[in-house]
Amino acid sequence: MAVISKIIHSVCSWLGRHRLLAVFSILSLLIVLFIFIPLAKLILFSDKSELWQALLDPSVMQSILLTLYAALITAAIGFLLGVPLAYLLARNNFPLKGVVEGLIDLPIVVPHTAAGIALLFVFGRNFLLGKWFNAIGISFVDSLAGIVIAMLFVSVPFLINSAKDGFRKIDVRLENVARTLGASPWQVFYRVTFPLAWRSILAGTLMMWARGISEFGAVVILTYYPMVTSTLIYERFATYGLTQSVPVAAILVIICAFIFIGFRFVLQRDRKHD
Amino acid sequence: MIELKNLHVKVADFLLEQVDLVVSKGEYTVILGPTGAGKTVLLESIAGLHALSHGEIILDGKDVTGTAPEARGVSIVYQDYSLFPHLTVKENIIFGLRVRHTAKPQIDEALHWISGLFEIQPLLNRLPASLSGGERQKVALARALITRPHILLLDEPLSALDAESREEMRSQLKTIHDKLNITTLHVTHDFEEAMSLADTIVVINQGKIAQVGPPAEIFYHPSSEFVARFTMARNIFSGKVIGRDTKSSVFRCDAIEIFASSDNTKAGFAVIRPEMLQLTAEKPILISNSFPGSVKTIVDKGANILVTVDCSPQFECLLPRQQFEHMVINTGSPVYISFLPSSVHLI
Repeated sequence: MAVISKIIHSVCSWLGRHRLLAVFSILSLLIVLFIFIPLAKLILFSDKSELWQALLDPSVMQSILLTLYAALITAAIGFLLGVPLAYLLARNNFPLKGVVEGLIDLPIVVPHTAAGIALLFVFGRNFLLGKWFNAIGISFVDSLAGIVIAMLFVSVPFLINSAKDGFRKIDVRLENVARTLGASPWQVFYRVTFPLAWRSILAGTLMMWARGISEFGAVVILTYYPMVTSTLIYERFATYGLTQSVPVAAILVIICAFIFIGFRFVLQRDRKHD
Repeated sequence: MIELKNLHVKVADFLLEQVDLVVSKGEYTVILGPTGAGKTVLLESIAGLHALSHGEIILDGKDVTGTAPEARGVSIVYQDYSLFPHLTVKENIIFGLRVRHTAKPQIDEALHWISGLFEIQPLLNRLPASLSGGERQKVALARALITRPHILLLDEPLSALDAESREEMRSQLKTIHDKLNITTLHVTHDFEEAMSLADTIVVINQGKIAQVGPPAEIFYHPSSEFVARFTMARNIFSGKVIGRDTKSSVFRCDAIEIFASSDNTKAGFAVIRPEMLQLTAEKPILISNSFPGSVKTIVDKGANILVTVDCSPQFECLLPRQQFEHMVINTGSPVYISFLPSSVHLI
């Protein structure tokens, strides 16, 4: 008894001394469990044979590969177009800069089905750009291109904002010094600015890739077939119910968990000059 | 040589105006001014980092007003040294040669020379984050000088250092300058730093040049009340000249009349540096400027003692410690303040 009361006493005195830490830890635990429990439940719901069966189902595997691949292309395009914009926003002032910055955040806040419809108005076969691209044989409806366009629209803000923060953190005097040492603006960018903002840019690109993988609303409006995984899960859920959709969802969650937790390790390991 | 002709630069809300300046080849010029005076903007403009609203910049006879920073042959070293954090010391130093695609044997040779000059060979493979302030300073200078620039711009290069390394770096700056004979423009707000390094001092305030001259001239003949205050002249009295004879002018301020060997009859200020005052217990003979008063405060400044004497107006007197210790004065002691007419500067 004496031991127990001693333990209780020391826990109470620890809590007394670290009240903020204690309260914050409890609140943090709630939110971590809120994220963890549904995902764990999803993965544990199906037994091994069901998961195995889903994994061997060619339509599941194809759809997962298509999703990862399309999101990768999306991230690459976002990188190519988003990084320059992020740099301009971080380093320059120009008229309507605030409007541009607000506009970039819009895809995050509008319902993604609405985003899909908006894209249809521009890239649909009978509209604007869609017509021109159609003439050279590229269609954005029911195609890989359509998936990419939908993913790009909703995920590129993550990359732009992250890269912009990365560029902003770099002291402009480092670039000034590099210029006076004889570097052209291009050389300054690839020898100083980009390497220093690299971590933020990579984090943004990964975020964008992840957001692309998870996209459903905008993709389903433009491209139902070929089916990305989120559409496949939805279709199986609507047609066959829980038992058919859960294994597919579980496989996607497991793959994503491996990829993103893995990247986090790599990012943390390579921090020599911070 | 640097020639600035009627320079106007606007950066955000700050305005640099009407800057005319000539810095001779090989000269060590210090730009002195309070924080926010526009010193850094001036340096950056010379380096080509700001667009001019008006004016011309001529370096070694060549108009570079529209030239890109990388083509000016001007190196800048900032206060915090701005070393590239992702590159080693060696990579930092040879950056300027790398971007110019210099051949490897020449890079090695230049690196050998510059790291010998600054004695930083043991640091070459380290990252900037692991260096001390003094070491960073040396690396930054080595990086700036390896490209053999015509002009070296130093933005508060000593202010981030502790007192001891500051002293050491100060003499190293002088040595390097003399060795390489490179035209140097050094920005500081520290008056003593300017005195000890400069061939010429340029005092700048609120975006305009206030005075240009050799240190002694800035020190003993400030051209304005601002320069006098900024160079710690301390005894600056407002008043007017009320009479003049063959040798001196008579300047009246409050209840006292000061004799000054100056013919500036339009002066509004009399300036007497605190170290030019004599403090005595007895009334001195044969000195025209001599005023009785009582000691108000005594502040120990280390090597010197600052004594404030109340004699309407108030005088501040800087005494060497040895002299002070031979006198027996305390707060409230009756004393005489005296000084020569030649020590009075009228502006």
